[in-house]
Amino acid sequence: MVHFGKLKSTDNVSVMVTSSDTERLTLAFNPNYSEFDIHQGLGWIAGEADWVGLRFVQEYTQNRSIRNQRPDQNLFRIERGVMVEAMIDGQIAYAGTSDLSKPGLREACRRAVQLAMASADSKVFGFSTMQRPPNQGRFVSPRLQGLDSLSLTEFTSKLIDACRHMQVSDKIVNATAETTLVESHCQYASTNGSNIDQQFLLVSANFAVTAKDGSITQRRSLNGPVANCSQAGLEYFNFDAIFADCERVARQALELLDADNCPCEILDLILAPDQMLLQIHETIGHPLELDRILGDERNYAGWSFVKPCDFGRLQYGTNLMNVTFDPGLNGEFASYGFDDCGNRATREYLIKDGLLLRGLGSLESQARSGIAGVANFRASSWNRAPVDRMANVNLAPGSSNLEAMVAAVKRGIYMESNISWSIDDYRNKFQFGCEYARLIEDGQFTKVLKNPNYRGVTVPFWNSLKMVGGPDECRSFGTSFCGKGEPNQMIRVGHASPPCLFTQVEVFGGGQ
Amino acid sequence: MSFIETTRMLFDHVSHASFSVLKPGEALNLDLYAEEQTYIRFNRAQIRQATAVAQRNLGVTFQGDGRTIQFAVDLTGSLEQDAAFVRSLLERARAEASVLPEDPFLVPIKNNGSSDIQYQADHPFESDWIKQIISAVEGVDFAGLLSKGPQIKAVRNSAGQDHWFCSDSFFIDYSLYTVNASGENKAVKDLYADRAWSLEHFCKAIGHGKNQLELLKRSARRLSAGEYRVYLAPAALESIVGIFSWGAVSYDAWKKGQSGLQKLIEGNAFFSEKFSLQENFRLGLAPQFNSLGELAPMELPIIQQGQLKNLLVNSRTAKEFKIPSNGADNVGWKGEGLRSAEVNGGDLPEAKVLQHLDNGIYLSNLHYLNWSDPQTARLTGMTRYACFWVDHGEIVAPIHDLRFDESLYRIFGSCLDALTAETRLFPSTETYQRRDLSGCKVPGAIVDNFRFTL
Ligand SMILES: [Zn+2]
Repeated sequence: MVHFGKLKSTDNVSVMVTSSDTERLTLAFNPNYSEFDIHQGLGWIAGEADWVGLRFVQEYTQNRSIRNQRPDQNLFRIERGVMVEAMIDGQIAYAGTSDLSKPGLREACRRAVQLAMASADSKVFGFSTMQRPPNQGRFVSPRLQGLDSLSLTEFTSKLIDACRHMQVSDKIVNATAETTLVESHCQYASTNGSNIDQQFLLVSANFAVTAKDGSITQRRSLNGPVANCSQAGLEYFNFDAIFADCERVARQALELLDADNCPCEILDLILAPDQMLLQIHETIGHPLELDRILGDERNYAGWSFVKPCDFGRLQYGTNLMNVTFDPGLNGEFASYGFDDCGNRATREYLIKDGLLLRGLGSLESQARSGIAGVANFRASSWNRAPVDRMANVNLAPGSSNLEAMVAAVKRGIYMESNISWSIDDYRNKFQFGCEYARLIEDGQFTKVLKNPNYRGVTVPFWNSLKMVGGPDECRSFGTSFCGKGEPNQMIRVGHASPPCLFTQVEVFGGGQ
Repeated sequence: MSFIETTRMLFDHVSHASFSVLKPGEALNLDLYAEEQTYIRFNRAQIRQATAVAQRNLGVTFQGDGRTIQFAVDLTGSLEQDAAFVRSLLERARAEASVLPEDPFLVPIKNNGSSDIQYQADHPFESDWIKQIISAVEGVDFAGLLSKGPQIKAVRNSAGQDHWFCSDSFFIDYSLYTVNASGENKAVKDLYADRAWSLEHFCKAIGHGKNQLELLKRSARRLSAGEYRVYLAPAALESIVGIFSWGAVSYDAWKKGQSGLQKLIEGNAFFSEKFSLQENFRLGLAPQFNSLGELAPMELPIIQQGQLKNLLVNSRTAKEFKIPSNGADNVGWKGEGLRSAEVNGGDLPEAKVLQHLDNGIYLSNLHYLNWSDPQTARLTGMTRYACFWVDHGEIVAPIHDLRFDESLYRIFGSCLDALTAETRLFPSTETYQRRDLSGCKVPGAIVDNFRFTL
């Protein structure tokens, strides 16, 4: 059972009430900053170009981690700055600074104007305010309990307890409980009337063990090291459930020490939602990014096998495959109201009944390519220009369930929790590995298998999708570590999916 | 005043102001990364995006009561404002230290000496530079990134230590594209990095790339999965050396059961005596001090003639496992990674590579490496860019990209046939959050029976 995922309104969150005698230094910390007035800031630079935009980002990130019941990291990171955008002759250039004074903003604007002028003659495309719509609005991510609802002492002791629950044997050589708490505030204003304010509270966690017996080592974690994340408050940490899961994965790590290697064979494969997240991310999300299709990423992340003419024509997978860009799923990690050029974000089908319909491209990419896109122009922080990113890309639930899938398999493998990932620069030939697997024989789970890996080619793989789990088995995961762009940017994404069955997949195990 | 001068003044002021308010028993380490970068992104020989970034990120490590509390903050550049802000962080640090459990592996802040290194550059006027690049790539499908400007890494602490490393330089990381006789996209990749720009050098490099594009225009050959003799050009080998920083050479990762070189470390596997890997700060790409200001040896052998000599150990790991530290830093995905790696060259002249390869695959670049089975040092990844089928020492045709899945113990062990005499320097082109200060120097390698799986 997985305890992370979308918080349902019926979930009991009262366990978080703290006792009055606990030390009251809470997880909330508001550094001593004077308020930045984005409209005043925009006023200082508004006349310097054909059009000017200003994006303010203030993000506080806490890393609280415990290893083997001892403190490992207590880090509080503050990012605070603005990105000035200046348009001259259809070329938009950018300058980022954390000097928020009038001279600071004026200097950043001077640099943006200088770069726009120097590059306008050789611009890829002539943009206009069509790519900077004058939207106004607000977005606040859902939260039930703020960071002030729990003391640092109590939170720390819960993480220590989590480690204790993982240390079920002397063979557990390492147990870590790592959490990240992010408070992000982003504002966007422009000379043509954009006025957007978005506030996020984001939590993520990694509870992981390493088991070792002689020269054999196995790792196991709750859903993989980077998958557990959500837009939520501290209600996300249902510690009683987490402790039970910690014990379960620790025992699974011990089981893996004695398990057989995953066989090298072609058979049916069931992927749990915490591996589907990676499968969706690498073989649907990235190849559908319009900036990749336009070639912007060719020198770094890569191009795409998807061609502009494939939209509306390519049968990406079987008709069970329905994929949405859904920035509005409550609590999913990359939900938002507007992207970083001020475009209002709406849910759209990317793939319907297996047919490719729409790309993951911003207003800039849509103008350049003429292909339908979404609101996904996103920057990792104040110091980067936005590019086309995934946000929440989800596989819609079907009508099956895990039990029925297992029953339908004569010989197959069930895999959970991503541990290894690799794919080519056109997003065709992938190879992914998981932490944990079970063999399925004649419709039933049999033995546990270690070092499970599988490989395939994107479109044939999705065309082998045979069964899709229902809404009850759908889980929402994501990651903070999607890398892309020049200069490079790491960004948050969300992926929700039920378990899925794929037929005739090449699987294999470890060994030299 | 230049960015470098104002940054130095700011660092002086903030460090003085914060060290002066420490109470007895408290200690503080300040770790600055600052850059003034211009990033120009090209696609189809035109400019896609141009971004200027001025940033000064300060790492604050507070020790008090046997606890460690860390902050990282974007400085504004205002002396008084930043000094007051860092002082206000100390209040929070003290409050946290009073409630957190004691850290048994805390390494007390001490004076690790002083150093001051500055590398200067000579950049052309920006708009002229852009014009020169655009004109040099006219008529070819060019994509890439120009990154230019000064980078500063400095570490000071309340025990009196003071290290400053400043490097001004640029890189153009780029690729050129064509369509081959079978209608497929083919590309060649290169890197031009230096402290002084030379249009002549750049034009020559682009010319060389265009020549390679001609070879790539031939129909591609589809090779089936299996074992092939391959030449890993230096850029391909650099990708493989990069995976050593994913836990493989970290002492801490090994103790946590997460090292890809566990068998080597425990004496159950070996590399070829042709293979030697060391950290060498003489490359001049990375500061010799880490984020606590601790100095690594100028040269530290990791693997010498196939034998393990050292793992990277930072002072925290050293304290936990009661072994000596070698000044490693928490870099790379798993910490304790290589900052200035060097693989020794061998005896094969680069000019004889094709002849020596005879029949096999020439691999210019690899892509998206990851461990597939860290227990056996097995990694997977893809071929990328200019990769060719070679027959009797002649390039015959480009290939369709292949997936490999192979063990480091074979690549640098039983299957390593030869290393080139020439080595190539690769300053890091990584720019997550900030431009990276690291790099490596590697030769090319001929490897037998390299395993392709898809
Ligand atoms: Zn990604």
